[in-house]
Amino acid sequence: MIYFDNSATTAPDERVLASFMEVNKRFFANPASLHAAGKEAEALLTRSREQIVSLLGAVKGEVIFTSGGTEANNLAIIGFAKKNSLRSKHIITTKVEHSSVLNAVAYLETQGFEVDYLSVNKQGLISVDELQAKLRKETNLVSIMHVNNEIGTIQPIAECARIIKENSRAVFHSDAVQSFGKLSISLGGEGPDAITISAHKINGIKGSGLLAVRQGLTPEAINFGGGQEQGIRSGTVSVPNAVALAKAMRISIQELPQKNFLHLRSRLVNFLKRFDNVVILAPEQAAPHITTIAFAEIKGEVAVNFFQENEIILSTSSACSSKNKSVGHVIEAIGLPEVYKKGVVRISLGTTTTEQQVMEFETVFTRFIQLLKRGKHNGME
Amino acid sequence: MEWNELLIRYGEMSLKGRNRKVFVKQLRNNIKDALNDLKTIVIKSERDRMFLFADDQNDMKEAIARLPHVFGIQSFSPVAKCEPTLEAIKEKALAVINTGETDGKTFKVEVKRTDKSFPLDTNALQQEVGSYVLRNFPELVVKMKKPDIMLKVEIREEGAFLTSHIYEGAGGMPVGSNGHSILMLSGGIDSPVAGYLMMKRGVSIDAIHFASPPFTSDMAQQKVIDLAATLSTFGASVRLHIIPFTEIQQTITKQVPENVTMTTTRRLMLQIADKVREKAGALGIITGESLGQVASQTLESLTAINAVTATPILRPLIASDKLDIIDIAQKIGTYDISIRPYEDCCTIFTPSSPKTKPKLEKVAYYESFTDFEPMIEEAVEKRTIIELPLHQVDAFDELL
Repeated sequence: MIYFDNSATTAPDERVLASFMEVNKRFFANPASLHAAGKEAEALLTRSREQIVSLLGAVKGEVIFTSGGTEANNLAIIGFAKKNSLRSKHIITTKVEHSSVLNAVAYLETQGFEVDYLSVNKQGLISVDELQAKLRKETNLVSIMHVNNEIGTIQPIAECARIIKENSRAVFHSDAVQSFGKLSISLGGEGPDAITISAHKINGIKGSGLLAVRQGLTPEAINFGGGQEQGIRSGTVSVPNAVALAKAMRISIQELPQKNFLHLRSRLVNFLKRFDNVVILAPEQAAPHITTIAFAEIKGEVAVNFFQENEIILSTSSACSSKNKSVGHVIEAIGLPEVYKKGVVRISLGTTTTEQQVMEFETVFTRFIQLLKRGKHNGME
Repeated sequence: MEWNELLIRYGEMSLKGRNRKVFVKQLRNNIKDALNDLKTIVIKSERDRMFLFADDQNDMKEAIARLPHVFGIQSFSPVAKCEPTLEAIKEKALAVINTGETDGKTFKVEVKRTDKSFPLDTNALQQEVGSYVLRNFPELVVKMKKPDIMLKVEIREEGAFLTSHIYEGAGGMPVGSNGHSILMLSGGIDSPVAGYLMMKRGVSIDAIHFASPPFTSDMAQQKVIDLAATLSTFGASVRLHIIPFTEIQQTITKQVPENVTMTTTRRLMLQIADKVREKAGALGIITGESLGQVASQTLESLTAINAVTATPILRPLIASDKLDIIDIAQKIGTYDISIRPYEDCCTIFTPSSPKTKPKLEKVAYYESFTDFEPMIEEAVEKRTIIELPLHQVDAFDELL
């Protein structure tokens, strides 16, 4: 089986699993306990945090461990919005965010917040001019994702950070779930004030993620209990998850240079360009692991089924919304022509993808296109 | 912005005449210890300043984060290097200025031309660089006296060196440059602060703690280990001696009247500390005593307790207010450890009304019925020694 759905989730790295097991055996104590075992677990947790902050290119910062990307996005959006709501109720985000951002923002709209949604061009890119125009001195929060999960577009995060810092007091949050480990992103300084990361997208373990925030900048709590994580995220902290996440982050950054994502993607794009009934939905400089295409007048589902029969796993769009039959919000936002709208297919590569696998994909793809032509021909007769 | 080196300025120790060499060497060793795990760091020391180089920018960042904790450093500045040409210097100057705030700041350029072959003279170069910076940062205002941003450019044969930001150091003297002493570490708020202040004056320490199992728990002991470990982050390792004290404490309770047990206990602790001091090759004994804070810390009590030894007792907190001590404890990270709720040997056997003005002759008279000497010897012999920081950190590395 060739697994090309790495944007939905990845297979955990053996070394990450080994750490997870080891920590569960040796450091299972509650890090909030006062006894020696608890202190040891706490020391390990602290080391994990320090490692994460330094992997994010910062000297100082805070890490709040969560159950995954969705919770971290919720915490950032609702937590910062509420914290700064006396100053302003104005929020800016984009039309192409993950639903965990869009639905959190939609909830805030029902609570009296005012939200501006930045539009995107055909390639899914926002315009920094529009950001500058919508931004107000007192704006509460700006949330812009780094890499789009459905089509792979990279937003100009550094430039956004600069514009926001120069013109506003807004907190700048970025959902880096799809980008971390593939592209560089730094916390504070030239980067966002808050960053969301999810473990299972970088060969880590499911049910684990984090919100990293600049030193001294913390959101208001959105859940309540024993006051763990400085009172921001109550609930016993899972030290094994934290360690496994720190390790997955380290591996994904250290081993990135050996993965030939860029080479594989340009090979794939050059191959796909040859077919005139297929469009590629992101600019050439999109995230190296995501290539999303759309077929004219064919349902994406048909392609996914065909490839599955040939042992290749693709997906129609983001797994979070692929069971939902209607056209996704990202596809609507980029204004894809009607004929292509139902024909979207995402090919997302992973750390274990080989050139051999891409070649095999190409063979099956060519067969699929030939089959389509014959089918159409038969249909016309 | 990539920094090529750090310029480290010494504190008070540059005043120290002939001893300076020893001080510089000590500081260099302490910095090395503090940055031990950063593989690409190289340190070069000169008479009145030190340079630190790193090939890896992450090591450099980490060094900048750690150096403020090392005593003996007055301040340090990251330095950027470039070709000694006017163009390169101008561009580097912008990059250096750009690393800090410029809004509403005052500014000045200072040029030092060690390499006299550089085509422009000092004044001309100052003007060129200054006006170029001002053109690019129009919000800056020039000010000759005490500017917010002092851009220093030094032209040496090997290149031009630029620096502007100054990080505050911890001040004080390099730990170890003023001898070695024993710290009596109880687990309370005061004693770690006393240790910290003496370390800041350049004294390296061994810590001594009295445990009375089973009345005191492992957690109380862990608390003291954590305190000593925290102190060991200020530039020198700390050896912790844990003294089994149960038997002596029980004997005291039996042998002397209740209202002098506290005084006798302190006298015996001090005698034990003095014996450990000899073994550790230390010169003084440090305590966290603050005048009038509790019954054992009145002048009368101190007189009665101090009578057992002629060793200098260093009491850096003797005139400090509790709130000021708490401030320091919070700043150095010992406060949260100190307030963990475990009983120590002093709180368990506390008499209900200890004498605040014990008479030395009377205390000595009560003690004279018991021969404590063998018990003291035994306690010293049976002490546990723990080296801090613990090197447990390495065990975590495989997991992460």
